[in-house]
Amino acid sequence: MLDRAPQDDSKAGLRPVAFRGAGFAPKAGRYSGWIALVLVIAVWQLAGSIGWINPLFLPSPAAIAVAIYKLAISGALWHHLSVSVMRIGTGWILGTVAGVLVGFAIGLSSLARGVGITFISALFPIPKIALLPLLILWLGIGEQPKIATIALGVFFSTAISVYSGVDNVPRNLIRMAQSFNVPFGSIVRRVIWPGALPSILAGFRITASVALLLVVSAEMIGAEYGIGAFVLQAGNLMQTDQLLAGVVILSLFGLAVGKAINLLETRLLHWR
Amino acid sequence: MDLIANHITHRFGALEVLDDVSFTVAAGEVVAIVGPSGCGKSTLLSILGGLLQPSSGAAELRGAPPPDSRNPLTFVFQDFALLPWCTVAENVEFPLLHSGLAIAERRAAVDDALRRTSLSDFRGAYPKQLSGGMRQRVGIARALAVRPAILLMDEPLSALDSQTRELLMEDFVRLLADGSMGAVYVTHNLEEAVRIADRIVVMSRRPGRIRETVSIPMTRSERGDIHAREKLLALQSELWSLIRQEAVEAEREVQHA
Repeated sequence: MLDRAPQDDSKAGLRPVAFRGAGFAPKAGRYSGWIALVLVIAVWQLAGSIGWINPLFLPSPAAIAVAIYKLAISGALWHHLSVSVMRIGTGWILGTVAGVLVGFAIGLSSLARGVGITFISALFPIPKIALLPLLILWLGIGEQPKIATIALGVFFSTAISVYSGVDNVPRNLIRMAQSFNVPFGSIVRRVIWPGALPSILAGFRITASVALLLVVSAEMIGAEYGIGAFVLQAGNLMQTDQLLAGVVILSLFGLAVGKAINLLETRLLHWR
Repeated sequence: MDLIANHITHRFGALEVLDDVSFTVAAGEVVAIVGPSGCGKSTLLSILGGLLQPSSGAAELRGAPPPDSRNPLTFVFQDFALLPWCTVAENVEFPLLHSGLAIAERRAAVDDALRRTSLSDFRGAYPKQLSGGMRQRVGIARALAVRPAILLMDEPLSALDSQTRELLMEDFVRLLADGSMGAVYVTHNLEEAVRIADRIVVMSRRPGRIRETVSIPMTRSERGDIHAREKLLALQSELWSLIRQEAVEAEREVQHA
């Protein structure tokens, strides 16, 4: 038989304990970002409309929108954009495939690690755009040097994120698989690949920005078409509305790529 | 099938962890290994399970495993080692994917293991959705699915709260009751050791040597009785007096390190 202790029900002299746990948990409001963006655009438009800002230096949002519309109607936008997308897509895929293969080799093989990390450490810090003149000498003045520049930039970041991801797969999971005599290939496919995927996808986010940066730089140095070349030409002709139209398109392109990676993460990393 | 530790010595660089450890786990027998922190219990278990090569000596098997055993030496890990991207059923099925079983046989083995561990209703859940005790149940189900001859359990309850420990200990006792499976049970917890083991190997502090091997003079089914509990408590107290001084010294050593 349990001997239950009596409860103290007396309310006299009670006071609440002061709450001290507020703050340090920032949360983004659902609409706050959009509201802030709309406000900034509205103030910018107002400043342009009442003449506070010289449109030659900073055209109003409406002027930029008109410029984008005209570019779209004339077909120039799609031409420049498609050339840039082709360069980014090809360079990113080549760099990513090579980076994933080399990253996995470094993550899984002592020989590849010894050799690979030395080369990556030595070559990663070089700004890849500095290699464009050399690549033009090697590959000619066509698309190849621009694509190769993007592929190189993507390759190093991908290889690093892949082997870091492989290194960070919990060792206990690999030991567990080994304890069940799971073959090497299956451990790579079923344990290491999904375990490294968060790091690999985080790497994709970085390499998408690297690819965008490099395509614009490469197109500014030596291209007739592409968003980078278009922005440079507009700047040279003082067509700031067109210049900013190009910048907005680059920004939208970056946002679209980020959104695609978000979707990929939601789909592939739902277990987190 | 017997599992034999044959003069096992192991060093990590200059650090000697195990020194000439020998004992045998007979078929269906449960042997607990206890000792102070850092005495090499987990290292010994890794060597016995073939996950670590000893500096000298060997882990050996005598006799054939049961014909239906798909992984005679099977670990149950302290940290569960579940694949977070797989559901409960997929985790249990994982070691069977390369066993050559047909899909229907694999499903049947998974269903059986989930039923034995009361996890049938959670087959579609992910590890992050489960409590610690449930996760360890998945680890046990995964081990049972391959029909082990000997379970190698590395402090399987130490990451769990006391109530969950009690419930899982009841499960272990039930699963080991028919003697079809043996086990090596590494633990810090002497109460667990006297509750589950047929024999207890007491190890010295580093480098770990066998100090004493103690037999429990009653079957596991007899241990629930009130008089048996008194005896087990006395035995637990004797074991503690055996390792207490060394545990204190090991603790001091860890602090100095």
